[in-house]
Amino acid sequence: MELTLAIAIGVLTGSGVWLILRPRTYQLVIGLSLLSYAVNLFIFAMGRLRVGAAPVLADGVTNPADYADPVPQALVLTAIVIGFATTALLLVVLLVSRGLTGSDHVDGRESR
Amino acid sequence: MSHWIVVPTVLPALTAACLVLFARDNLFLQRVISVVATVALVVLTLGLYRLADDGELRVYLLSNWPAPFGILQVLDRLSATMLLLTACLALVVIVYAINGWDRRGRHFHPLFQFQLLGLNGAFLTGDFFNLFVFFEVMLIASYGLMLHGGGPRRLKAGFQYVTINLIGSTLFLIAVGIIYAVTGTLNMADLAVKASQVATGDVALLRTGALLLFMVFALKAAMVPLHWWLPTTYAAASAPVAALFAIMTKVGAYCILRMYGLVFGPDAGPLALVAEPWVIPAAMVTLAIGAIGVLASRRLLDLACFAAVASMGTLLIAIGLFDEVGVTAALYYLVHSTVAGAALFLLVDLIAIRRGKARDTLSAAAPFPRDYVYGALFFLAAIATVGLPPLSGFLGKLLLLDATMTTPHAAAIWTVVLGSSFLMLVGFSRAGSVLFWKSAAQPAPAAQEDVRRRAVPTLAAATLIGATVLLSVLAAPVSRALGETAHQALDTRGYVEAVIGTIKTASVTGL
Repeated sequence: MELTLAIAIGVLTGSGVWLILRPRTYQLVIGLSLLSYAVNLFIFAMGRLRVGAAPVLADGVTNPADYADPVPQALVLTAIVIGFATTALLLVVLLVSRGLTGSDHVDGRESR
Repeated sequence: MSHWIVVPTVLPALTAACLVLFARDNLFLQRVISVVATVALVVLTLGLYRLADDGELRVYLLSNWPAPFGILQVLDRLSATMLLLTACLALVVIVYAINGWDRRGRHFHPLFQFQLLGLNGAFLTGDFFNLFVFFEVMLIASYGLMLHGGGPRRLKAGFQYVTINLIGSTLFLIAVGIIYAVTGTLNMADLAVKASQVATGDVALLRTGALLLFMVFALKAAMVPLHWWLPTTYAAASAPVAALFAIMTKVGAYCILRMYGLVFGPDAGPLALVAEPWVIPAAMVTLAIGAIGVLASRRLLDLACFAAVASMGTLLIAIGLFDEVGVTAALYYLVHSTVAGAALFLLVDLIAIRRGKARDTLSAAAPFPRDYVYGALFFLAAIATVGLPPLSGFLGKLLLLDATMTTPHAAAIWTVVLGSSFLMLVGFSRAGSVLFWKSAAQPAPAAQEDVRRRAVPTLAAATLIGATVLLSVLAAPVSRALGETAHQALDTRGYVEAVIGTIKTASVTGL
């Protein structure tokens, strides 16, 4: 499980970085989204991978070792919300910029 | 536990919500609410400053959750100083903005208040995930403010500004994840304790996390090689926004001081002063690049932007010393450079409006009415920014040079600081003489825009310049107060005890 997750995070990050370095604004947005997915998985994994353990208090379970760490899960939720909002904002800027400059190049004009 | 500590974050949040909900289409009402709320914030932060002035660290536990588990806000001299500075700057900027700039796009005032919420939160929080959240609040508001007014140039610069900051946020989250995985805490005081006890096998991992985090703050503080966003962004932003952004770079500097002077301070065991080897060399290059940029600028606005980069370089050199004398100099220079930088951005706008088609290009144009007033103001702002006697820039640099006297890099720092001051002096003198002494034989531009007839924006810029004069006159008491602030800001043990102490009181009261 660790290996699969690590490879997934690595692939997402790698693709994200590659796309960010591309000249088109849309590629950049997708790259940033991939990066934020990678980061979300990464934070989640930082709370150690557990199967079948509840993060919130359940009846009859008194040993703290039987719970998964709830903090990274809360952090991921926050990060998802913020990432979603900023990506939406960036998309709007992208569209307006495309409309005003007539180009989807990150510099607002084609490089020669 | 004083509830006043949480008000600097609650007040702008409520104000912004009120502005969006009840004053959406009424600009006059928006202006009134915004100014009243900002005045209230100044009064409030002044009260908090007086409260923190007794040297005690005050901890505010949100919902009264005990310290390492819940989130908390910490009021000490440093955060109180930053809050007061932010509020005063915000008041001047909002007075400037209500004279026309806020009409050029929608939602200037709500975004402005959200920006204040983010800034105040970042200065108060004692928890570094919360720091991330307040950073995001601050940044999202700044994206809106940056694009205020529209136009292709602003959009292009805005797109790049948003992108670079989103990448910064991603790095921030990775760093937070690594630090949490190693230490199991998000609380700054708790992290200071856990960092000194970290297992040998985890040192490299924690160091990676700490330095990644440093990179994020360096990006915010526009430290070389992460400074390229600043001149483009500030030059494209509207004048009041650029003036407010003068405090945004200081958030980066503040976080570097907090995290690497206090949390990863000299007591942090294997990670003691983990960022120290990077700060001073990078800061010296920042200063040099800023000075060269000032010399190379062909527009007054670019000149102001590169002066901002140079001031961050000077400030970061002083912070990089991580000792009491150095941090005192840093704080004095921080206050000075925020005020002088903002004044310069407002002045550039005032001059550009009056020069007609020539705008702010450094070329000869027809003299405009009452140019002697703006000439005098520019002269004072230039003296303050370059660091000539008698204004506060000179005193700040003097404190810095004095603080570096005994350090091993003294010769290099003196060379860079004095050399760059000289370059900036040349740059500013050239700009000033071209703008005010070299007049082309053209007819004077017709005064049409109503903005030109108003005295209030000029008064706002003059107030900021007056503040640097005041800062120079009151240098002795101010630097004494900042010396105590620096002492408290570097006192890891006192900080930890104040926060850990609240765990005990919280459990005693049974909450």
